[in-house]
Amino acid sequence: MVDTGKGDLSLVALTKSYGSFTAVQPLDLTIEAGSFFALLGPSGCGKTTTLRMIAGLDAPTSGRIRIGEKDITDTKAYQRNVNTVFQSYALFPHMTVLDNVMFGLKRRGDKDAKRKAQETLELVQLAQVGDKRPTQLSGGMQQRVALARALVNRPDVLLLDEPLGALDLKLRRQMQIELKRIQQEVGLTFIHVTHDQEEAMTMADRIAVMNAGRLEQLGDPATLYEMPRSTFVANFLGQSNLLRAQVLGGPSDDGVVRVRSHDTDLEVSREHLPDGVTDVWLGVRPEKLRLGEAGGPNRLRGIVRDVSFTGVATQYIVEMPWRQELTVVQQNDGTARATLGETVTVSWAATHGFALDASQDAEAGAELVDEHG
Amino acid sequence: MAWIKRHLIAFAALAVLVYMLVPNIVVAVFSFNEPKGKFNYSFNEFSTAAWTNPCGTQGICESLGLSLQIGLIASITAAILGSMIAFALGRYRFRGRSATNLLIFMPMATPEVVMGSSLLTLFLALGVPSGEGAILIAHIMFCVSFVVVAVKARVATLDPKLEEAAADLGANPTQTFLRVTLPLAAPGIAAGTLLAFSLSFDDYIITNFNASPSSITFPMFVWGATARGVPVQVYVIGTVMFLLALLFVVTGQVIGKRRNRQVA
Repeated sequence: MVDTGKGDLSLVALTKSYGSFTAVQPLDLTIEAGSFFALLGPSGCGKTTTLRMIAGLDAPTSGRIRIGEKDITDTKAYQRNVNTVFQSYALFPHMTVLDNVMFGLKRRGDKDAKRKAQETLELVQLAQVGDKRPTQLSGGMQQRVALARALVNRPDVLLLDEPLGALDLKLRRQMQIELKRIQQEVGLTFIHVTHDQEEAMTMADRIAVMNAGRLEQLGDPATLYEMPRSTFVANFLGQSNLLRAQVLGGPSDDGVVRVRSHDTDLEVSREHLPDGVTDVWLGVRPEKLRLGEAGGPNRLRGIVRDVSFTGVATQYIVEMPWRQELTVVQQNDGTARATLGETVTVSWAATHGFALDASQDAEAGAELVDEHG
Repeated sequence: MAWIKRHLIAFAALAVLVYMLVPNIVVAVFSFNEPKGKFNYSFNEFSTAAWTNPCGTQGICESLGLSLQIGLIASITAAILGSMIAFALGRYRFRGRSATNLLIFMPMATPEVVMGSSLLTLFLALGVPSGEGAILIAHIMFCVSFVVVAVKARVATLDPKLEEAAADLGANPTQTFLRVTLPLAAPGIAAGTLLAFSLSFDDYIITNFNASPSSITFPMFVWGATARGVPVQVYVIGTVMFLLALLFVVTGQVIGKRRNRQVA
């Protein structure tokens, strides 16, 4: 018996607790059919637990899981039309590659299993290795077999549990493009679990950022990056300079709100400011800051404490009079350079800043990025 | 001198090998003997008489048949029971698990004399008649331990993710067991079963305690015959058993090697 309820996947107040530890706080999420969705967060944030509940490998403590109109919460893993690409691949070592790929089809008595499996192996560019054993293949190839084994069943939802984690950087980049291509070609719903923010942003249409069992923010990659709604998202997705500031009044006619930070008047777009807060962190991405006054009306002066040239860009650490260090990334486009110890002006536009409620920890999420490289 | 020094390990290995194989070679050689008198202790004359007529001594083939029968039933029953115990111990956490783990080793650690005599006492107390039935119960009991040890080692190396993957791909628990778990555990089960068979086949002490006059196993027959002079047929059967064991081991090696080559 296989449930076939084509449609969006919805998680309704889904939770998972182990004794007194809550791995997933009530989670509401709708994942559109046919989209490439990423669950992004540091290890232990509950993303893998969420994935296992969708697969049916773990039972939720409470809440419902639906695909389209069909409620699958109480069905077993083998009754769900959901397939997983495991982090360790979990290929059957006693079967050939082709038998591995046919495994799912044969369980439901598909007469055309062999042809479909061959076609899927072609899709992942492994048509030649069907009669080999998984252990004879390289890590990258095994990864594709695991993908083919799940894909061939045309599941309503295909789950990917950090599938690229074991690959080296170059192969990972290659597989990211490959996965995206395959997803567009087959049009299935992909849910990709990862701790790699760059990977999530490269591949996914929409990203749910999770932290400590809660959904931090949901959105497309650009929105998450340009308008993070929490310091965790601001720090976990890329780098942010966060300045403590007070809102001075309502928006002016041109949609700009004036704020005051360390005795300097600055401005930020109205839509980048959450409602009803007066104490804020004013955030600016390093690459939005310009040396000199060309960046915009927001200007701060400081001393260059560090210069690191990376080829395409130069990263400066600029110390403010109140000891805070701002990171500035300047494209190597021939514009002004600064030297160590020089006093410089950094500037940015009102639309390039974002404001966050100051009651949050400014460092949230920052330390987790380094941990994963 | 230097040459000998360089190949010292080879010489040592050869010496040990000879030491281990000489008894088998002697048995093979003497199976072609035509002994003078009752005792087959000195080579008298080449003959294939025993080979052409292996059942030529009274009771020898009956005892061989009984030993093979007991060995098969005991090893297969022990394989089934032992595999189930091994899976339970390897896969699940339950009350009494560590106690079971310990107790399962007891038959391996207990001296056979102790086990044989205490079993006899138990059977007498319970009114279980001596003979083939009692021998089977005894053999299954000590064989189970060896199967458990062999299968448990294999189960420990199985990735539980493989079973999750099977379920994820639509295999119900029965299909998952038959198509994934069992084939992967098979080498351990086969090793345990073969070990159990050979232990059952040549057990003398425990068997002797629980046998009746109508249940003479092959080892008991050989032991009984030594007093009167061992018939040449015993050497023939001994040689055949050795060759069969050799065949099993070599086959296992070849299969293992082929599998390894595929992996590499």
